[in-house]
Amino acid sequence: MKKELTIFDKPKNVKKLLFVFYAALAALLIADFFIPKHADFPWEAQTNFFAVYGFISYVGLIYVSKLLRPFLKKKENYYEDN
Amino acid sequence: MIPTMLPTGIAPPLIFIIGALLIPFLKGRLKSAVMLSIPVLTFIILVHIPEGKHWVFSILDYDLILGRVDRLSRIFGYIFTIIAFISIIFALKVDDNVQHVSGLIYAGATLGVTLAGDFFSLYIFWEIMAVASTFLILARKTEKSHTAAFRYILVHLFGGLLLLAGIILYYQQCGTLEFDYIGLEGIASYLIFAGIALNAAIPPLHPWLKDAYPEATVTGAVFLSAFTTKSAVYVMARTFPGAELLIYLGAMMTALPIFYAVLENDIRRVLSYSLMNQVGFMMCGIGIGTQLAINGTVSHAFCHILYKALLFMAAGSVLHMTGKIRCTDLGGLYKTMPLTCIFCMVGSASISAFPFFSGFISKSMIVSAAAHDKLTLIWLILQFASAGVVDHAGIKVPYFMFFGHDSGIRTKEPPLNMLIAMGITACFCIFIGIFPKPLYNILPFPVDYVPYTTAHVVGQLQLLMFGALAFCLLILSGNYPSEIRAINLDTDWFYRKGSRLIYVLADQGLNGINRICDNLFARNLSGLLGRFSRKASTMMMLGFLAPVKFFTRDHKFSPSHMEKHLEAIFESGTVPLGFSVALAAIFLTGVMIVLY
Repeated sequence: MKKELTIFDKPKNVKKLLFVFYAALAALLIADFFIPKHADFPWEAQTNFFAVYGFISYVGLIYVSKLLRPFLKKKENYYEDN
Repeated sequence: MIPTMLPTGIAPPLIFIIGALLIPFLKGRLKSAVMLSIPVLTFIILVHIPEGKHWVFSILDYDLILGRVDRLSRIFGYIFTIIAFISIIFALKVDDNVQHVSGLIYAGATLGVTLAGDFFSLYIFWEIMAVASTFLILARKTEKSHTAAFRYILVHLFGGLLLLAGIILYYQQCGTLEFDYIGLEGIASYLIFAGIALNAAIPPLHPWLKDAYPEATVTGAVFLSAFTTKSAVYVMARTFPGAELLIYLGAMMTALPIFYAVLENDIRRVLSYSLMNQVGFMMCGIGIGTQLAINGTVSHAFCHILYKALLFMAAGSVLHMTGKIRCTDLGGLYKTMPLTCIFCMVGSASISAFPFFSGFISKSMIVSAAAHDKLTLIWLILQFASAGVVDHAGIKVPYFMFFGHDSGIRTKEPPLNMLIAMGITACFCIFIGIFPKPLYNILPFPVDYVPYTTAHVVGQLQLLMFGALAFCLLILSGNYPSEIRAINLDTDWFYRKGSRLIYVLADQGLNGINRICDNLFARNLSGLLGRFSRKASTMMMLGFLAPVKFFTRDHKFSPSHMEKHLEAIFESGTVPLGFSVALAAIFLTGVMIVLY
C-alpha cells in the first residue's frame, strides 16, 4: 500500500500556501500599474479592472445561486414514480 | 475537385464502423491492438488527404459525399480522431464489448458528420451517433441509467426529426443535398438550426445533456463529452457563421448553466453544466463570425475536447475506484490518488484559461473578437462566465473530490491505462498552452492573434486569482453554499412532470371515449342488432300473415299464438317449405320491382 500523503493536514502547510496566495494577489495588483495596456474598451485600461470584475463576478454568481436554490432544490427521488 | 476512391483509402467513418464490427470476434491483446490502430489509421489518412470532395458514392440521383475536406473539417477530424484514441486507451480494460462497439461506432459516425458533404450522409451519421451513444448510457445497467437513456434517445430522435424536416424543405428549395453556408433565412434553415441546436445543447433544448451524461458508464462519459456537442459546433460553424442570433444564444448559454453548476452535487453533472457553458463560448464565436472569432471557436473546441475529457476521466477514475461521485460523499482523495489529483488540476487550470494552459490561448480569441466588434454587453457576459468557470470547474471539482473535508475514503490510483490516458491529455493541455503555434497553424484562417502579452497574462491572472480569493473568503466566512444531497429543477421538468399530465389526459380522455363507444356500440347496439336479426323473420311473416287473421277466428291464428309458433319454427330451423317459398317469391318480386 502506498504511503498516503498528508501535506494539507498540517496547518503549517496550509498557512504557507495561503501566504503564497496572498503574496501573488498583491503582486498582481502592483504589477497592474507597470504594464502597457492596449485596451479595446476604455474601462479595460482602468487599473486592476479584472481583479475587481473577477471578484465581483464570483461573489455575484454565488449569491444569485444561493437565491435560486430554494426554488430549484428538490429531493433526490423527485422524478421517481411512486 | 477529386471525386475518387483510389489511393485515398477508405472513408474514416467506415474504418471505425467496420473496425467496431470486428471487435466482438477478438480477444485480449489483439482486440486492444485493433481498437487502438483504428484512430491511428484514420489520423494518417486525414493528414495526407488533399482538400476537396472524396469518397463520393452515387446512389440513384444523389451524390453522397463522405469526405468533404477543407481546413475546417480537417481540424475537427484531427481532434475527434485524437480524442477517440485517448478514450479507447482509457476504456481499454472495460470488459463489455457493447461499450467498445458502440464507442467506436459513435466516434466513427461523428467523423461521418464532420466529413459529410451532403445532407443525406450527414443525417444518416447524425442518427447513428444518437443511437450508438445511447448504448453508452444503457451500459451502466442501473435503473436510473435506463430511464435516462430512454429520455436521451427520445430527445435526440426529436432533434433528428427537426433536422430532417429542415433538410427536406432545403432540398425542395435548392434542388440539391450539398450544403455549405446556409444562413438563417426561411423555415428550412430555422428547422435545421433547431436540429443542430439541440445537439449543441443550446437552452432550452439542453436538459438531455445534464440528465444523461452523469448516468453513463465511467468510460462512456468520456466518449459522450467529446462528440455530440462538438460535431454540432462544427456543423453550426459551417452552416450559420455570423448568425446574430447565435451571439445572444451563446452568451446566454455561457451564463445560465454556471448557476446550476454551483448548486449541483453530482460531480459529473457539474461537468455537464460546465460543458454547456464552454459550448456557449463557441456558439457566441460562431455568431460573431469574424475570422478571429471562428479561429477562436475552432481552437476552443479543440482544446475543450481535450480538457473536458481530462476532467471526465478524472471524475470517472474517482467513480471507478470509490464508487462515489457526489461532493457530499468525497474529499481528501489527494492523499491516496495524487496523480489523478494532479491531472484533474491540469484540466481545471486549462478550462479556467490559466496562463500556460490550453484554455488561455483559445477562449481568449473569442472574447477578443467580441471586444473588436465592440459588443460590450456580450464581452461583459463572457468575462463574467470566465470568472464563473473558476468556481465550478477550477475550484469546486478538484476541491470537493480531492481536498475539502476528508471523507475517510482510502483507495488506490486507477489502473495504468486510465492514468496513461489522463497523462497524455494533460501533456496536450500544457503543450498547447505553452506552444500554441502548431494549433494556430491548422486553424481555418490565418492567425495574427498573440495570446502572451503582459496585459493579457496579468489581466487573466487577476480575473482568476481574485475569483479564487472570493472563494476563500466565502468559505472562511461560511457563506459558500454547502453541498447537499438534492437535485435541481431544470427545463426538463416540463417533459418529465409535464408528460405525466399528458398521460393522465390521455387516460381520462381517450380511455373515456373508449368506454363510451364500448357501451354504445359493442354492448347496446350489437345486442339490438342481434335481437333484431333473430326476430326479423318472425316479424316479417307475422306481417304477411296478418290478413289471414281477418279471415278466421281460430285462436290458432291470434297474433301472440302466431308469434310464438313462428319464433319456434324459425329458431329450430324447421320452417315449412311453403313459408320459405313464399318468402323467396316475395323477395324476388321486390327485387324485380326495384330493378325494373
